[in-house]
Amino acid sequence: MTRRLKLTEGTLPVLVVLAILLVALAFAGPAFNEPAGYLALLKRAAPLMILAIGQYFVIVSGGFDLSVGSLVTAEVVIAARLIDGEEGATAWVLLFMLGFGALVGLVNGLITTRLLVPSFIVTLGMLLVLDGAVFLWTGGAPRGALSDAFRTVGRSGFEVPLLGQVPWSVVLLAVIVVAAVFFMRGGTGRTLVAVGDNETAVRLGGGRVERLRTLAFVLSGLSAAVAAVLLGGFAGVSAQVGDGLEFRVITAVVLGGVLLGGGRGSVVAAMAGALTLEALFSLLNLLGVSGGLESAVQGVIIIAAVAYASAGSNLFRHKVVNQEKKNVKEETAAQQ
Amino acid sequence: MTALAQRPAAPKPPEHDRPKWTQKLTPVVSVYLALVVLLIVGSVLVAVDGGMLLDQGGILNILTRSTTLGLVAIGQTLVILTGKLDLSVAYLIGLCSLIAAETMAGDPGNIVFAVALTLAVAAVVGLVNGLVITRLKVNAFIATLGTALIIRGYLENGYEGPAGEVPRAFQHLGYDRIGPIPISTLLMLALAGLAWWYLGRTRGGYHIYAVGGDEDVARLSGVRTNRTIVKAHVLCSVAAGLAGIFLASRLGSGAPYVGTDAGYDLESIAAVVLGGTLLAGGRGGVAGTIGGVLILATLDTVFDDLGVTPFFKDVVRGVVLIVAVALYARRQVSRRGK
Repeated sequence: MTRRLKLTEGTLPVLVVLAILLVALAFAGPAFNEPAGYLALLKRAAPLMILAIGQYFVIVSGGFDLSVGSLVTAEVVIAARLIDGEEGATAWVLLFMLGFGALVGLVNGLITTRLLVPSFIVTLGMLLVLDGAVFLWTGGAPRGALSDAFRTVGRSGFEVPLLGQVPWSVVLLAVIVVAAVFFMRGGTGRTLVAVGDNETAVRLGGGRVERLRTLAFVLSGLSAAVAAVLLGGFAGVSAQVGDGLEFRVITAVVLGGVLLGGGRGSVVAAMAGALTLEALFSLLNLLGVSGGLESAVQGVIIIAAVAYASAGSNLFRHKVVNQEKKNVKEETAAQQ
Repeated sequence: MTALAQRPAAPKPPEHDRPKWTQKLTPVVSVYLALVVLLIVGSVLVAVDGGMLLDQGGILNILTRSTTLGLVAIGQTLVILTGKLDLSVAYLIGLCSLIAAETMAGDPGNIVFAVALTLAVAAVVGLVNGLVITRLKVNAFIATLGTALIIRGYLENGYEGPAGEVPRAFQHLGYDRIGPIPISTLLMLALAGLAWWYLGRTRGGYHIYAVGGDEDVARLSGVRTNRTIVKAHVLCSVAAGLAGIFLASRLGSGAPYVGTDAGYDLESIAAVVLGGTLLAGGRGGVAGTIGGVLILATLDTVFDDLGVTPFFKDVVRGVVLIVAVALYARRQVSRRGK
């Protein structure tokens, strides 16, 4: 039964769209005639996919994280300033970045859960604070440089027979994906989804709602740190690395059929959404669609995808309504 | 019904446990108190720096800044009260400034037609937002983000920079004033008054609160919830259209990114929430929003007068937003934020 529910909730649609896009890519450009083309696509998509995993945790538990874009920018700018071209500094700067990401997530989570500020506002405030702080610190032009060792992860790879060059970022992505899937299958992951679905039920069942939601924000902050390592290596240092990433990643997660408001959707689907978005951009590029139309197409597609998904879940509306009626009855019974 | 009658009296809401004087501190009162405090502190700081915050120029500055944001935020208030969001306003403002300026094309005879056309286009965008949300059941966040991307695509494709020309006669709207108060600000306040009257005195306004409070309950009580949501989005877009027209009048031409550069999408949401309206909908109002707008505008002006770098503003704005909402949230523990 779980499987049947999943199909209507949007995991299948996104996989179908992704498959169509990948086939279309093969026809559209000679680059996609061999594995290298797809590996390059994965390499480009890796940061967004990792961000999507982090955002998934937050969204599925019923929140928003609008701060990831500016967090990525802040991380890259801080790393460049701290490393300043010095190879020896790479290791501790990487650790520092992860720590900073986790700290920002922790602050987001604590303000959301303890001060009861809606996460939309908390992370919007965090976005403003981080953006302002980065520019204040750098004056708009980041100083310093990343070390070669730092850039390796985002930029290069290793040779494998048959496949050609496998980027390190793809390996890292694979590790994180496996970790995320296992996490979501475990007790903590399941409870996290339950928090998004019905917070009160989890609370009454003895779940630590505040702690779980904070954990989701910390994971999102960590994912932004990892994405920043990849993007810094791939694209280099600038004060615009993370611009617009927050909306793009929310789009990706929703495209994967994850319900805004929480409680529905799988982590694999969220990543598939991110990959679909990047595949779509690649295809539009190959077809020579200009930058302006690209965003218009993106707009139409996310509306269509979400409309389709909600049309699918309406099949089950009947059941949900019945369930709600039952809940209400139980509540009134409990009150008497 | 008998079951209801037999139930013991509901526990008193937490408001009654608080000391009496804090009960009068509704968000609207708090936001205007904060504004007064900010004006005093700001005046002192600027005076220490050797300037004057509330002279003719300063007041004019605050009010002009408030006008555009105020127009957008009034519309945004209606949408947020229904429990939705509108992220498309920023690009819509740019689009509307272009439509107004290009239709006028420097000819005073076209003014009426251009304004009508711009508002009509804005209304259609709002209608699309509303219908996508209610008929296609797309989450408002995604629906309006999608609309924003579509408008952005159109703007990026068709425009490189400012276009069109506003006739001299129309620029009076942006620059004329009565004493220190710009006419446009008076128009904005009139619109706020109209929205206040609509929300608090008419059936349509009550329906907006009902839908935001609980959509299902509203529907079961006979409110046409879909129609109410569509209406809120249309009104919001028309307000954004007015902001676009006002900006075109100030700039003398249309500018595609005039709305996004100022971040009016998130900024207007911030102003509404700062004004004590619940992001989840159902509680709040226009009076608080105008207070929120004035606070943001005053902060900007104070920082300008002090010569603080513009980036520091963002930091302060973020902190103010979080702190303010945290203070409101303390009194609404029962309604846990989403």
